[in-house]
Amino acid sequence: MRAPLQRALVTGLLSLGILVATLSLVAIGLSGIANGQPPSATSGPYPPVKDPDVAKGYYVAVQGDCVGCHTVPGGLPFAGGRPLVTPFGTIYSANITPDKDAGIGRWSADDFYRALHEGKAPDGHLYPAFPYNYYTRIGRADSDALFAYLRSLPPSPNRSPRNDLPFPFNIRALMMGWNLLFLDVGEYKPDPAKSAAWNRGAYLVEGPGHCAACHTPKNLFGAPRTSRDYHGGDIGNGWYAPDITPNKRTGIGGWSDEELFQYLKTGRNVHANAAADMGEVVAYSTSRMTDDDVRAIIAYLRDRPARADDSPEKPDPAVMKAGEAVYIDTCAACHRMDGAGSMAMFPRLPGSPNLQQPNPGTLIRVLLVGSRSLPTDARPTPTSMPAFNWKLRDEQIAAVATYVRNSWGNAAAPVDVDTVTKMRKALGADRRTLPDGFPTDMHHPNPETVSSPHTDSRQNGTDQAGTAALGQP
Amino acid sequence: MSEKLPSVDVLVVGFGWTGAIVAQELTDAGLNVLALERGKWRDTPTDFAPTFAQDELRYMWRHALFENLAHNTLTIRNNTSQTALPMRVMGSFLPGTGVGGSGVHWNGQTWRFLPSDLEVRSHVTRRYGAKAIPADMTIQDFGVTYDDLEPHYDRFEYLCGTSGTAGNLNGQIQAGGNPFEGARKRAYPTPAMRQAYAPTLFAEAAAKLGYHPFPQPSSNLSEAYTNPLGVQLGPCTYCGFCEKFGCGNYSKATAQTTILPVLMRKPNFTLRTEAEALMINRDSTGKRAVSVTYVDAQGREFEQPADLIFLGTYALNNVRLLLLSGIGTPYDPRTGQGVVGRNYAYQRTSFVNAFFDDKILNPFIGAGAHGMHIDDFNGDNFDHGGLGFLGGGYFGVLQTGARPIETHPVPEGTPTWGGAWKKAVAANYLKTTTISTHGGVMSHRGNYLDLDPTYRDVYGRPLLRMTFDYTDNEQKMAHYITDRAADVARAMGPREIKVVYRDGSWDVVPYQTTHNTGGAIMGADPKTSMVNRYLQSWDVSNLFVMGASAFPQNPGYNPTGTVAALAYWSLKAVREQYLKSPGPLVHT
Repeated sequence: MRAPLQRALVTGLLSLGILVATLSLVAIGLSGIANGQPPSATSGPYPPVKDPDVAKGYYVAVQGDCVGCHTVPGGLPFAGGRPLVTPFGTIYSANITPDKDAGIGRWSADDFYRALHEGKAPDGHLYPAFPYNYYTRIGRADSDALFAYLRSLPPSPNRSPRNDLPFPFNIRALMMGWNLLFLDVGEYKPDPAKSAAWNRGAYLVEGPGHCAACHTPKNLFGAPRTSRDYHGGDIGNGWYAPDITPNKRTGIGGWSDEELFQYLKTGRNVHANAAADMGEVVAYSTSRMTDDDVRAIIAYLRDRPARADDSPEKPDPAVMKAGEAVYIDTCAACHRMDGAGSMAMFPRLPGSPNLQQPNPGTLIRVLLVGSRSLPTDARPTPTSMPAFNWKLRDEQIAAVATYVRNSWGNAAAPVDVDTVTKMRKALGADRRTLPDGFPTDMHHPNPETVSSPHTDSRQNGTDQAGTAALGQP
Repeated sequence: MSEKLPSVDVLVVGFGWTGAIVAQELTDAGLNVLALERGKWRDTPTDFAPTFAQDELRYMWRHALFENLAHNTLTIRNNTSQTALPMRVMGSFLPGTGVGGSGVHWNGQTWRFLPSDLEVRSHVTRRYGAKAIPADMTIQDFGVTYDDLEPHYDRFEYLCGTSGTAGNLNGQIQAGGNPFEGARKRAYPTPAMRQAYAPTLFAEAAAKLGYHPFPQPSSNLSEAYTNPLGVQLGPCTYCGFCEKFGCGNYSKATAQTTILPVLMRKPNFTLRTEAEALMINRDSTGKRAVSVTYVDAQGREFEQPADLIFLGTYALNNVRLLLLSGIGTPYDPRTGQGVVGRNYAYQRTSFVNAFFDDKILNPFIGAGAHGMHIDDFNGDNFDHGGLGFLGGGYFGVLQTGARPIETHPVPEGTPTWGGAWKKAVAANYLKTTTISTHGGVMSHRGNYLDLDPTYRDVYGRPLLRMTFDYTDNEQKMAHYITDRAADVARAMGPREIKVVYRDGSWDVVPYQTTHNTGGAIMGADPKTSMVNRYLQSWDVSNLFVMGASAFPQNPGYNPTGTVAALAYWSLKAVREQYLKSPGPLVHT
């Protein structure tokens, strides 16, 4: 197991003895994956399971969303090789199929348990990009079941590319120091004062679900700041994983249990459509969980302390007026004049936690480059937000972002133009970059377009884009 | 030489409405289905984003969604005394290409044919006597009845979420709906669209004259809808960019917004785009189709074998592919014998402009199927005794958006250019509406399709040749209903009206409708039909031909609802009968 990775804790590379002050506090999300399209739903991602013992392990894999990171688009599930671009370089997920050379075919169940629990593979320390600081809560029986599931998969000889990490981040032994400081080894211990459902939810959230990897801000060493558990975290590339505490304005406090259930089971509710990282989490993990497990997650999150509310700065009325004009012209067709949207299609904007995060990153990103939800069995339509990078100026985007953050009872700090300019630059979304599908020369078929029996839609990322899975932008 | 590929259970040629319906139904039946589509992949978020979908110049005038005529077109003439010439610019009709087919840029007008439309020869003979049908009028019964199709119309409407007001629920006439329609088992899945001012004025005037106005059944949805497959459609925004455009709001039912999100996720379905079928190959007996030869975007040829083949390439292309493959006897207008190319038909349209001084009609509010109509003069809803023609059409105010490059109605006598024209456009744009008629075309011995002897496509194959003109029947019909439309226009109280009958021969230049029908018609007799009542080839029993090519004549309605209903009807027979016992479903 050469380079396991995980969606958030790239900054865990930092360890004792390394100067961290100039390095990013930003944990990198899956959205940082180069050319990142998630594996398609049509080609899996989960191979059919028949053996009931193996099925138990499949369900552990679902809880941990292993397939999300360990599969490249169109590739064999769990065969690894998915690139993660980080400020430190690119690292690649491991092949965890049972191939003896390229995968984990020579591992024992003990080896596997140690990897989950202590972040140690037979050949050395793992980077905490692989979320062992959460997986350590998984019990031995589940670990063995997961291992048996992985052993049942078709082996793939796929070798992940070598990590492209400069010195000193390429020294795995540095992780020993990180583990000493931040790794709390141990299986989940139930709280006897709480209900069984609460404990089940706590286990799923704190353990295999590794929710905090994205939703909790990180300290200087890339470890979760436990004092601000689930307050929301910048996960890089513009995305901000929102507050999921019971805060009524920015968290899940304004959502009913049923709405939370709809979101986790189908990816959609009246408030939001799951896209990008969370789209994958829903498509590959929560939508495949039992109803009871999803309700347990909700019960646990509901019972956590709410993030203390702040009183955001009031916007400039002139900016609000400008923002309203942009909203009417470009947003109201789908989201409606009153922001009511359309259930499970176009999110309702009044009360939207996504809009009111202290960090407006997700909103700006989505305005600039759009987003597309991932299909689930219950909600197969790939709903989308179009890109406006080519159509709106930075001032217009800042104004409309400020407007939607402060209309219909919403309240959040105004978005300044500079923030939009920086995000636009970081995303490479200048005004000349036209969106995919923008017709440029309709009379001359693109000579580079290849169609053959070897590029069927089911293997062809372009063809699947709209209907199967798509994470970018 | 072509490379031979592994066989599949079902091969679908053409991936528009019918191709998607076939693939959805037969993958559900557990079969491995492969679809070939000559055009490119297209999906709502990528290709019809609402940030650029409403571009009249690009889509309407530069034909971004239509067939590339430099690649393939057809030749056209009005009668056999003329030499057919290639259509080099899109005009009267606009065939599509690409995933979703013409169903991407359709208007969403979702009609059922009248019960009498489907049995027109029997019906006319019963009511008016056999002599009422002219000798050269080659109309015939479809071979299916309205009652056969009702569940399948219903299926399609519920797939689309069609918005409308029922006029006949289980035989009970309903207020506000079309009282002439065949009985429907249940109401439309969503309520009718909200009507703009001009359609409302039309409805008031029509009611005053004793007619029966009702809202156009629309697959541009009045409200959000989740169809039985779990696929979602959004409420229409009345932006007015439907016909000739893709919909960015998921509001217009297309294969993309109703089927593909589910179909594309199925492991037993594969779509191969930019794969243009050249030929259907048969075995040595000629009675079994074994494969389809197609060419990819790089010009490589492949042979794709299959057990069961469905054509869904659009009416005109279906006929051409059959002719190129030598399946069925080509129709000969001199003898009236042969079946492939027989009974080509179209639509007969006309319109009446009404100019107001005192009413701001805001015609830019619109949708492809947004308006009020009357059906009092369609089909045989009125007594044709002594009128000298058969058939009819609906008419009404269909407010589709009055897009600015296309729409500048000016009163009679206005110069066609210059300052006075501009002034008239500015003065009238907001205060004008149009009643359009949508008439049927009966089939006629001289109207047919065959292969052109001269012109060839990019692959060297003969182009399809269309020989078509309106007959006396259509001209009389159009005059009759246009005059009735003018009556309603006057009753709306305008300053003046302008009546455009569109007299004379059919003209390929002005856009009329993309409702090309016939050429591979269905029926009860293999001598006069290409396919049986299940759309199965009489000669080649593992070949089914979907689409409006099956219409023996073209009633006064838009075809898509019936095209889809016939596809579901055919597929029911395939699933329940053919798959259990492959072979002819109708024995003669």
